[in-house]
Amino acid sequence: MKSVITVIGRDSVGIIARVSALLAENEINIIDITQTTYDEQFLMVMVVDMSNSKVSFSKAASQLKTLGEELGQKIHVRHKKVFDSMHRI
Amino acid sequence: MAGKEQHKMINPFEIMETINMIDNEHLDIRTITMGISLLDCIGQDADVAANKVYDKVTRLAEKLVPVGEQLEREYGIPIINKRISVTPISIVGSACGDYVKFARALDRAADTTGVNFIGGYSALVQKGYTKGEYEFIETIPEALCTTNRICSSVNVGSTKAGISMDAVAHMGRIIKKTAQLSAEHDGFGCAKLVVFANAVEDNPFMAGAFHGTGEGECVINVGVSGPGVVKKALEKVKGEDFGVVADTIKKTAFKITRMGQLVASEAANRLNAQFGIVDLSLAPTPAIGDSVAHILEEMGVEKCGAPGTTAALALLNDAVKKGGVMASSYVGGLSGAFIPVSEDAGMIDAVKCGALSLEKLEAMTCVCSVGIDMVVVPGDTSAETISGILADEVAIGVVNTKTTALRIIPAPGKKVGDVVEFGGLLGYGPVMPVSKFGCADFINRGGRIPAPMHSLKN
Repeated sequence: MKSVITVIGRDSVGIIARVSALLAENEINIIDITQTTYDEQFLMVMVVDMSNSKVSFSKAASQLKTLGEELGQKIHVRHKKVFDSMHRI
Repeated sequence: MAGKEQHKMINPFEIMETINMIDNEHLDIRTITMGISLLDCIGQDADVAANKVYDKVTRLAEKLVPVGEQLEREYGIPIINKRISVTPISIVGSACGDYVKFARALDRAADTTGVNFIGGYSALVQKGYTKGEYEFIETIPEALCTTNRICSSVNVGSTKAGISMDAVAHMGRIIKKTAQLSAEHDGFGCAKLVVFANAVEDNPFMAGAFHGTGEGECVINVGVSGPGVVKKALEKVKGEDFGVVADTIKKTAFKITRMGQLVASEAANRLNAQFGIVDLSLAPTPAIGDSVAHILEEMGVEKCGAPGTTAALALLNDAVKKGGVMASSYVGGLSGAFIPVSEDAGMIDAVKCGALSLEKLEAMTCVCSVGIDMVVVPGDTSAETISGILADEVAIGVVNTKTTALRIIPAPGKKVGDVVEFGGLLGYGPVMPVSKFGCADFINRGGRIPAPMHSLKN
């Protein structure tokens, strides 16, 4: 199952490292990362594969949310289907 | 398909567009409604039949709320309501006659399953009443005012059958009685009662949802919503001509509807139900930034109700359908822009400042998805006048081959200028003036207005 993690906030050191570490701990595989600025905000998009994840989707989502609060970032994870269905026919 | 290539196609700006729609522009799934057939619960003993109804509804809808919440978490999109619609109780209860027992059983089922409304305390009498249907309609005020989560609807006209003026007159009295029975809550019971022309069998929205007899055993219908998203999109094309406006709405409606399609198919899958339809709807809420009236104002009318409003709404309604229809494999329900007064901050403002009258609202219903919705009128409005407003609204639907409806609250003791508070999604409504001229002799004729010429299509 593929999901999209979005990290939105102010750019600062170590964001990718911290998020990646959390994913690695849970055996969530990163397939792709892009990073850009959007409306003067830091935006990182990760496409991940959660099929071997050690934790449930809900658990991973809440861990990421907590990490986001710690880093001053808004971190969300959503099924990739949401974006595919809206933007691709 | 190679997953890797596919994911590369989604770029960060598209991802941000989706996230902005959800986080900042009130894009949501307005309702997942499970339609359940109760035809196999019919029996001569009311207690036995009502128990069967409770058992069947709670069994089939057991996972409706948990699955809705699961989809919310996984897709990150709010699903505001989880609801149930059932076979019209006038049919289910006709063999035993004790209709209110069914309302109570359904109310308990709503409680057990955690849904916020069950629709289907309904009757279809567009061409005439059976004896049972007449008795059923008489029980509507009691059913609505002694339960919490039951919604009722009555179809009194259709393009094929014409208008049952007996039923129109009857419903005027039923609306008044419902208001009186719920007087301590400003006639709140009437907010759960809608009278239709050309009612549809797969409507996911309340108060008018019921599970038609042409439907399957258990069906998932989904209503999407996103007036805020359309308004924001139009802000980016200020001053452009109507071709651009229509195109912008179409593109936005397409994206909104894709969310509905995704949620509907996934919900049906997880609930072992048939995927019914996606209702291509723009349904407002009283929240700021979630108003259909504000879309019309963004197009350039100073206030909703000003000259130009009907044309603006016609464009909006049409473009929403054109954009949505390709986004979903099955489209149905009411599909279009809703214009409930008390549930839309822009409509409330327009009434308060005198821009929007009941008569203009009636004109707008010729081109919107349904009809005159969530309108509060003075408590001393007569049953005949309410029937007259209903007859006009039904005539618009019957002649124009569209669904129309009336949901009107004659709030006991309230006068023009007062404001009635319903709370939650139902919002609050300023009391609107009605014509001082009567129509009692017209309503009291009774009988049936014949079907229009264009009903003869064969």
